[in-house]
Amino acid sequence: MSSETKQKRRPVIVQMESPNLIPERDLGQIPVLEAKHIGIDFGGLTAVDDFNIAMGRTEISGLIGPNGAGKTTIFNLLTNVYKPTRGTILVDGYDTAGMSITQVNKLGIARTFQNIRLFSQMTVAQNILVGFGNSMSTHLVTDMLRFPKHWKQEREYRDKAMDLLGIFDMQRFADTKAGNLPYGAQRRLEILRALATHPKVLLLDEPAAGMNPNETEELMDNILKIRDEFQIAILLIEHDMSLVMGVCEVVGVLNYGKIIAKGTPEEIQRDPKVIEAYLGKQGVK
Amino acid sequence: MTFLTQLLNGLQLGSIYALVALGYTMVYGIILLLNFAHGDIIMVGAYISWIVMAKLGMSPALAVVLSVAGCTLLGVLIDKVAYAPLRNAPRLSILITAIGVSYFLENGAQLVFGADAKVVPAFISTSTIKVGGVSLSLNAIITIIVTAVCTVVLQLLVQKTKLGKAMRAVSEDMGAARLMGINVNTTISFTFALGSALAGIGAVLYSMAYSQATPTMGIMLGTKAFVAAVLGGIGSIPGAVIGGLLVGFAEVFVSALGLSVWKDAVVFLLLIIVLVVKPTGILGRTMNEKV
Amino acid sequence: MEEDMATKGKPIISTGSPKGSKKRKTISTGKRYIINTVLTVLVIVIGQMMIDNGSISRYQGSVLEQVGIYIIMAVSLNIATGYLGQLPLGHAGFMSVGGYSCAIFIMRMMGPMHVTMYDFMTGTPATTLLFVCGLIFGGVCAAICGLIIGIPALRLKGDYLAIITLGFAEIIRVVMLNIDSVVGFQLTGGAKGLTGIPSYTNFTNTFVVVAISLFLIHTMMKSRHGRAILAIRDNEIAAEATGVNTTYYKTLAFVVSAFFAGVGGGLYAGCIGVMAPAKFGFMKSIEILVMVVLGGMGSMLGSVISATFLTILPEALRAFADYRMVVYAIVLILVMIFRPQGLLGDYDFSMGNFLEKIINGEFPWKKKQAEEVEADE
Repeated sequence: MSSETKQKRRPVIVQMESPNLIPERDLGQIPVLEAKHIGIDFGGLTAVDDFNIAMGRTEISGLIGPNGAGKTTIFNLLTNVYKPTRGTILVDGYDTAGMSITQVNKLGIARTFQNIRLFSQMTVAQNILVGFGNSMSTHLVTDMLRFPKHWKQEREYRDKAMDLLGIFDMQRFADTKAGNLPYGAQRRLEILRALATHPKVLLLDEPAAGMNPNETEELMDNILKIRDEFQIAILLIEHDMSLVMGVCEVVGVLNYGKIIAKGTPEEIQRDPKVIEAYLGKQGVK
Repeated sequence: MTFLTQLLNGLQLGSIYALVALGYTMVYGIILLLNFAHGDIIMVGAYISWIVMAKLGMSPALAVVLSVAGCTLLGVLIDKVAYAPLRNAPRLSILITAIGVSYFLENGAQLVFGADAKVVPAFISTSTIKVGGVSLSLNAIITIIVTAVCTVVLQLLVQKTKLGKAMRAVSEDMGAARLMGINVNTTISFTFALGSALAGIGAVLYSMAYSQATPTMGIMLGTKAFVAAVLGGIGSIPGAVIGGLLVGFAEVFVSALGLSVWKDAVVFLLLIIVLVVKPTGILGRTMNEKV
Repeated sequence: MEEDMATKGKPIISTGSPKGSKKRKTISTGKRYIINTVLTVLVIVIGQMMIDNGSISRYQGSVLEQVGIYIIMAVSLNIATGYLGQLPLGHAGFMSVGGYSCAIFIMRMMGPMHVTMYDFMTGTPATTLLFVCGLIFGGVCAAICGLIIGIPALRLKGDYLAIITLGFAEIIRVVMLNIDSVVGFQLTGGAKGLTGIPSYTNFTNTFVVVAISLFLIHTMMKSRHGRAILAIRDNEIAAEATGVNTTYYKTLAFVVSAFFAGVGGGLYAGCIGVMAPAKFGFMKSIEILVMVVLGGMGSMLGSVISATFLTILPEALRAFADYRMVVYAIVLILVMIFRPQGLLGDYDFSMGNFLEKIINGEFPWKKKQAEEVEADE
């Protein structure tokens, strides 16, 4: 990673009118993802309350918090897997209320899952091609009768899939069943599959889970590379502090479904409320 | 008083469906299996009644006891032989196994007893009683009372006893229940025993109402009872009863209109409509998949 | 299986070739298609010749037609079961809709088109046209039924879908039984059945339809549409999050499945000559399901093989007809317990790949070596 990119990682953070933070370079455009006061109750239990976020076009943000704080629930809310009980979510300025998961994806949100959800019986290349599905345009009849356009498109997107696999140097796995990949490669494939849908925001749910420090280091570089190459925003949930502190520009800390602190990684590290959430009251001393 | 007769008919038929639906609901509630063989357990029960009374010439009381006992044993046996090895298999595999068991029982019965209907003798000699100048079918009244009693007992069993608590725990989360020291296999077997015992009672009540046994009688009866369970909201005991009565009344009502050839279609149409409007059934609760 | 057409275009990457070895010879897509077409035509021509010269008796020929019909039935059910991962239990319902509508269409059109029963034996351009239109009509009617049931059914999962499709097939059966009294004239013939259906099927046209059906199902599955369907089976939530319109693709799979079931039903009506609602009960749906499950859910070859065996075997073992169903049931349970993925799992055979292996000198007994090389990489 060049020092120039490292420089880029530490932009000026600007306070927006809502309680949201955004890198200065993205200020000119509307936030690509904005959630205002969203919350969800399961039965009587409030899982997430008054959650706000605004993501600049090329921002990398992190969401941390103790287990059960509601981080994955927020991902599920942002992607409409769960319908929020209150609040609004805007993707690229569009309200996602009442949309299906698929429609939200088409608007520009792609995600990975904490417990890997690959199409395990399909090959690696096919997994990515499913992601490309909405960019492909052949009609069912064209495909069924194998018109030349079918072959042309299949070849074109197979090439694109191989290019994507190149990001993680995974071309040699193209025809392996996704379910037979090693764990780390499965996590990477999930990221690639999400990228294939041409997202504007990429949500990564614990991308470094189960990786060793070397792999995590590599992943950090890759996350930055993906942001720079695709010019997209990335929001990630992670327990590995080195990754969060290394790539994120803004970090939000979640506890009991509420944001308790928000700011640059440095600010978060010093925040007593955060230390308290992680270590308990005694830990503060 | 044709209206009263029809009402009683609807209640009787609905009660039988409800009783069978209870069996479906319990098994489904605990291992999420649509036990296709449940209807065929009833068929076996009806044949046991026929053997005991018509072939061996023994008393109806003994027929009742043996039918219920036979069905209970059969239910537990099916679980042990066919379903238990597949406890961790994909749902589709278990469902297909259940279809296989059902298929086996039907064709086995056909092989042993032949395809023609066997006439099950009457369990009770008096067929009607007079209440306030109106003669009512005794069969119907017995059926309704038995079902009501069974439902109440079952509800108490599930809600108040330790075993009931274990059943509910296993249905919530099998793994967690095991960690809490609940013997999951015993609990599942017990559920099958209970459901099949209800099927046995259902078999007797069905034989009382229609006095015949055929190898394929379980399919339609079972399917409609399952429809009833789904209508009411699968996994819910009161739901099964409501669903059963609904199906029973729908059939009697359609037949009363002179459209009896359409009654099966109406029942399934009812199911489709209810599921489209409320996919979890009348009293069902939604389950969120964890993402 | 000669109908199993070439799977992919040219390989786009060539990282697969082992170090030091020569470049692997490949067969181009065009050649694969030609090889498969030629083989298919050859099989059909040889079959027809054997029927013509009496090597295959009329009875055996009719059994073979049924084999073809059940191949279509099993492979079409496999779309919904093996590829989409749902369990519809009303496939016989679609079959009966297709059969009735195809037969009625042909019977009603015979007059206006001046076609007689005997023309079907000799075969004229008019009968061919009727045959094609009839089958498509049957398929479309079944597909419409598939759409009607698919929309509510596919909102539900697993067992609910199973029971709702079972119910729908029952509704179809009841409708076929009683429709005459509603429309006021003889349409389906009620419980007595629809008789006097011209025998518009023969070995050749049946297997041409089989080959076309298999080709179309295969090409659909090996396209972006098929991938979307498979993705839903593997993980529905991930598929949705990856932009797969699950409602659309589930319905599509269901409708295509119903369409080909309808085509199969249309052939069945011509082959058997009598349609009766009782033939298309729950048991028929289960019989087709057994074929799919036994062959391997998701394997086209598996469906073809098991449909062939399960259609021929009972005919060969007529003496044991009584035990047949019981044995079916036991086999079904045993397969689920000991080999839940079916006999072939999701393995599929590609003639092109097979020939490629042969010309590259990769024989099955050399497999171990090849794997070792791969592992080295």
